[in-house]
Amino acid sequence: MAYTADKPPLAASSEELRNRIPGWGVDLDRKDRPAFPKLQFDLSATGAHWDFPERQEEKRPRERSVEHKFLTPVFGTSCPPRGLSGVIRRYAYKRYSEARAAHWLLLLGADRVDAMESHLRSFATLRPDNPITQTGVLSEFTRHGISSRVGRKRTDLVHQPLDPVIVAGPWLLAGALAYGGVKKLTRLMRS
Amino acid sequence: MRAMVYRGPYKVRVEEKDIPPVEHPNDAIVRVGMAAICGSDLHIYHGMMPDTRVGMTFGHEFIGVVEDVGSSVQHLKPGDRVMVPFNIFCGTCFFCARGLYSNCHNVNPNATAVGGIYGYSHTCGGYDGGQAEFVRVPFADVGPTIIPDWMDDEDAVLLTDACATGYFGAQLGDIVEGDVVVVFGAGPVGLFAAKSAWLMGAGRVIVIDHLEYRLEKARSFAHAETYNFTEYDDIVVHMKKITDHLGADVAIDAVGAEADGNLLQHVTSAKLKLQGGSPIALNWAIDSVRKGGTISVMGAYGPMFSAVKFGDAMNKGLTLHMNQCPVKRQWPRLFEHVRNGYLKPSDIVTHRIPLEHIAEGYHIFSAKLDNCIKPLILTNGH
Repeated sequence: MAYTADKPPLAASSEELRNRIPGWGVDLDRKDRPAFPKLQFDLSATGAHWDFPERQEEKRPRERSVEHKFLTPVFGTSCPPRGLSGVIRRYAYKRYSEARAAHWLLLLGADRVDAMESHLRSFATLRPDNPITQTGVLSEFTRHGISSRVGRKRTDLVHQPLDPVIVAGPWLLAGALAYGGVKKLTRLMRS
Repeated sequence: MRAMVYRGPYKVRVEEKDIPPVEHPNDAIVRVGMAAICGSDLHIYHGMMPDTRVGMTFGHEFIGVVEDVGSSVQHLKPGDRVMVPFNIFCGTCFFCARGLYSNCHNVNPNATAVGGIYGYSHTCGGYDGGQAEFVRVPFADVGPTIIPDWMDDEDAVLLTDACATGYFGAQLGDIVEGDVVVVFGAGPVGLFAAKSAWLMGAGRVIVIDHLEYRLEKARSFAHAETYNFTEYDDIVVHMKKITDHLGADVAIDAVGAEADGNLLQHVTSAKLKLQGGSPIALNWAIDSVRKGGTISVMGAYGPMFSAVKFGDAMNKGLTLHMNQCPVKRQWPRLFEHVRNGYLKPSDIVTHRIPLEHIAEGYHIFSAKLDNCIKPLILTNGH
């Protein structure tokens, strides 16, 4: 079809589609869809019985975005900041707004530090981290790890080998650094 | 209680944790019966979302029974069987008052750019999630709804995010009768978006992915025409060829931050975390849709920048619609559609995994083993 004003014809008419596909067209009216219009002012629809919610007790200093006027009345209490990662997180929140890449890069860096700190801390417990059970990698043997990949046109197979590097890489690096340090120390002591 | 706990990228385990207490007069504590792992959980599992702390319990899709309520709760009581939308919202802020429940301003001190989400990093408020035996549910009078007697548990749990998000995604496409709709991604949200597009009168629904078993599901569940992008040198050119070189009227990105199809984009975002997300599907959407068309973005991206082709979007005069789904706003209509048999959310469930084996569940879903599309997590004797 040349580039004309007409819309290319469809293979099936609306009537054929209505007969073939259950529910075809039941939401045809754009103005009668839940998301329309985008803004629907209706305070009675939510079930709330307050103008502004009561404030949840702040049991420990809660980090917050500098773009907020105040601590929100309700907040999560899952994992308060701790250790070096906690220091980095508090700094990221206090110093940089969400608009700054530094805010997010510091938080991502803190996540990596947190993982290392937590792994090291786990070695002082009766349940140290176990990369075999925690990665669920044994399911490769019970859930068709090979047949889920071989002979299939999956583009993710190209980068999947990077996953074990991400998991084990920091440990190998730390091990290499520790080995190098011990070796250097031994050499210094001998000399 | 037993709860899934994040231990660092690609690592989770089940630990003993304290049962969450009521921390606010409008809190409820819910005994979780069933949860799900969402595709977006994989982004935090892979360490992509900033401020994902070791020790957090994930899970923003769950249903259960009310165990305890705070002193100001009026609409729920212990013993009620409830479904909980993934959004945490107050019901009265500027945004909630206008129906933008996913953008609530009163629940997330950590960021103003996103609302509160259960078990989804401290960037989304620092709330523990529902992949556990118990979970704290703030604003119990606003978020949760009692599950209708006729509704199946598995349908209910999928309505807390995946199904509602797919349906919302189709609405943001502003579909009119006879529109050609292309959906990038045949995961749960993509499947529901494709299915929903027909309800809005689409004339043709196309689904793109690289996993053949998911495309098969798109054909059988969503009546879609499917293409595996690995079979084409350039999927955008193919989209043009099959739409008489105009492009689709509407394109829906149902992939988000870990999209495949361009190694550089994927590695710099999903592996090296240098972008907020890999915008391959979004860029394909921009280039596949016709000039003047509409893009609906349902894929989740991190707060950092991403290499999106805004020049093409601008030059083509596209309309871009996006948001986290305000789930509860979708429910009355979705309940009708489920009851009338137009949608059967549980049809996409492929795996039912006990909480104790959740590490395997994450790996199976992440590595796409065993033809996995949607894994559920079973707790408390389910």
